[in-house]
Amino acid sequence: MTGGTPIIAFDNVDKFYGDFHALKDISISVREGERMVICGPSGSGKSTLIRCINGLEFHNSGVLTVDGVEVYEGSKNILNLRQEVGMVFQQFNLFPHLTVLENLTIGPMKVRKASREDAEETARKYLDRVHIPEQAEKYPSALSGGQQQRVAIARSLCMESRIMLFDEPTSALDPEMINEVLDVMVELADTGMTMVVVTHEMGFARKVADTMVFMEEGRIVEVAEPEKFFTNPESDRCRAFLEQILEH
Amino acid sequence: MILAPDTHVPKGRPLPQPPRASQVIDSVTFSIVLYAVIIGLIVYGAYSGAQAMGYNWQWYRVPQYFYTVTDDGFQWGEIMQGLVKTLTLSATSFAFATVLGLIIALLRLSGLVVCTAVSIGFLELIRNIPLLVLLYLFYYVLGPIFGFDRYTASVLTLGVFHSVLISEIFRAGINAVAKGQWEAATSIGMSKGQAYRYIILPQSIRFMLPPMTGEVVHMVKSSAIVSVIAVAELTTIGRNIISDTYMSFEIWFTIAAVYMVVTLILSFGVSIVEKRYAVSQ
Ligand SMILES: Nc1ncnc2c1ncn2[C@@H]1O[C@H](COP(=O)(O)OP(=O)(O)OP(=O)(O)O)[C@@H](O)[C@H]1O
Ligand SMILES: [Mg+2]
Repeated sequence: MTGGTPIIAFDNVDKFYGDFHALKDISISVREGERMVICGPSGSGKSTLIRCINGLEFHNSGVLTVDGVEVYEGSKNILNLRQEVGMVFQQFNLFPHLTVLENLTIGPMKVRKASREDAEETARKYLDRVHIPEQAEKYPSALSGGQQQRVAIARSLCMESRIMLFDEPTSALDPEMINEVLDVMVELADTGMTMVVVTHEMGFARKVADTMVFMEEGRIVEVAEPEKFFTNPESDRCRAFLEQILEH
Repeated sequence: MILAPDTHVPKGRPLPQPPRASQVIDSVTFSIVLYAVIIGLIVYGAYSGAQAMGYNWQWYRVPQYFYTVTDDGFQWGEIMQGLVKTLTLSATSFAFATVLGLIIALLRLSGLVVCTAVSIGFLELIRNIPLLVLLYLFYYVLGPIFGFDRYTASVLTLGVFHSVLISEIFRAGINAVAKGQWEAATSIGMSKGQAYRYIILPQSIRFMLPPMTGEVVHMVKSSAIVSVIAVAELTTIGRNIISDTYMSFEIWFTIAAVYMVVTLILSFGVSIVEKRYAVSQ
């Protein structure tokens, strides 16, 4: 990795679920503005890794700092930190009892104490950004999966987060909706946002990734630039994995 | 393109009809008739039994306990005053039970060992004492100690007893909200309290409304128990009237009917609220 200060830094991080060793000695860092794509087989710990970044899960040993602040269970800074780190989930997780606009304004209004006018202005700006300004007054259930996921992205953007985490944002979508979400993510990448993305969409990865990461059984097995990662990965396991998913 | 005419006849083979007998049994008319027959039999049985023991029916004396019109003008009767007392008692107790129930549920779900233990302890304590004994405890033991009157003792008893049931409704409702909602709320920086208030509780109301209706009805009915410490609610009024007039059959039928009308109206009202809520989601 070249230049820039790390905005996310894992230093010998281990994570257990009970007896199960989910993350094993993870050391990796992400620079400001960097786009990192993580892939790996099911159960390899990808979700666990990125959920540690915003404290949805807490690691058990090692040091994790995000935006200069150490993340640990019970830290007083954790609520502030989460405002800086947006997260987009596989299942969208929009608030079904709120309209699209309210989904976007509730965070800024309740957490950042923004006025309703300001929050709505920001919300409409980001709805524009994800190309669905006309859906503001609808409830999420009236939207297609692709639209819902774009609302979810806008919801995170409304918090003016500096880091965006994506956990398989397109794997719950029908194939014809995947691109509309990926396009929005590419546009977001073009704005210089720091992004950590768990995905198996290798076309997207090739387009935006600065760094590719391959995980297996709780370990980071390979870290490389996309060029090298796709053409000449060092580990055999990574090569086999890529062959398998690129076939499809 | 030609629009299809309204008189569209399905081309496919019609589905086989259920057997004639079950069609009749499933019909609304049949259930109403059956219901009427059963009620009729009960009333007839009670009536002829009462005749046989030479009971002197005096229904004409009942209306005065609902209202009277005299030279002084219109006045509500004792039963209506008792009903008002029953309703205020139930409403007060229900409000208290709801607040306490929410606190118990949140303690239980807090994930903190001490809080969970406190709430489970309270739950088991109250759940394993009969309502009547609880009332005696509040009225005869705690009442004199802390100096509260019979009405307060009643509110506390009913509130505490129902708070346990309501806390389980809250807990089930909260747990029924998908885990992803917590994660989404948390990831936009909401504290636990904010997540409950703005995201989780509003969604769990949908799951809680039906069992809560049941609890309101249950509360109105179980409020009758405070008649044993002579709080002047509906049941106590009924007893008083009977001891003055010896019309036990008429009055108990009447009191039962009043309870039934109230609880039916409540259920009906809440089902309307429920429908409206379901639409707005
Ligand atoms: N809350 C939990 N409790 C216990 N075990 C868990 C928990 N969450 C995850 N695990 C286990 O940890 C391992 C890693 O899970 P994780 O969700 O991080 O994998 P993943 O790489 O994201 O997989 P997938 O591609 O299926 O999403 C899995 O074996 C999983 O069963
Ligand atoms: Mg995962």
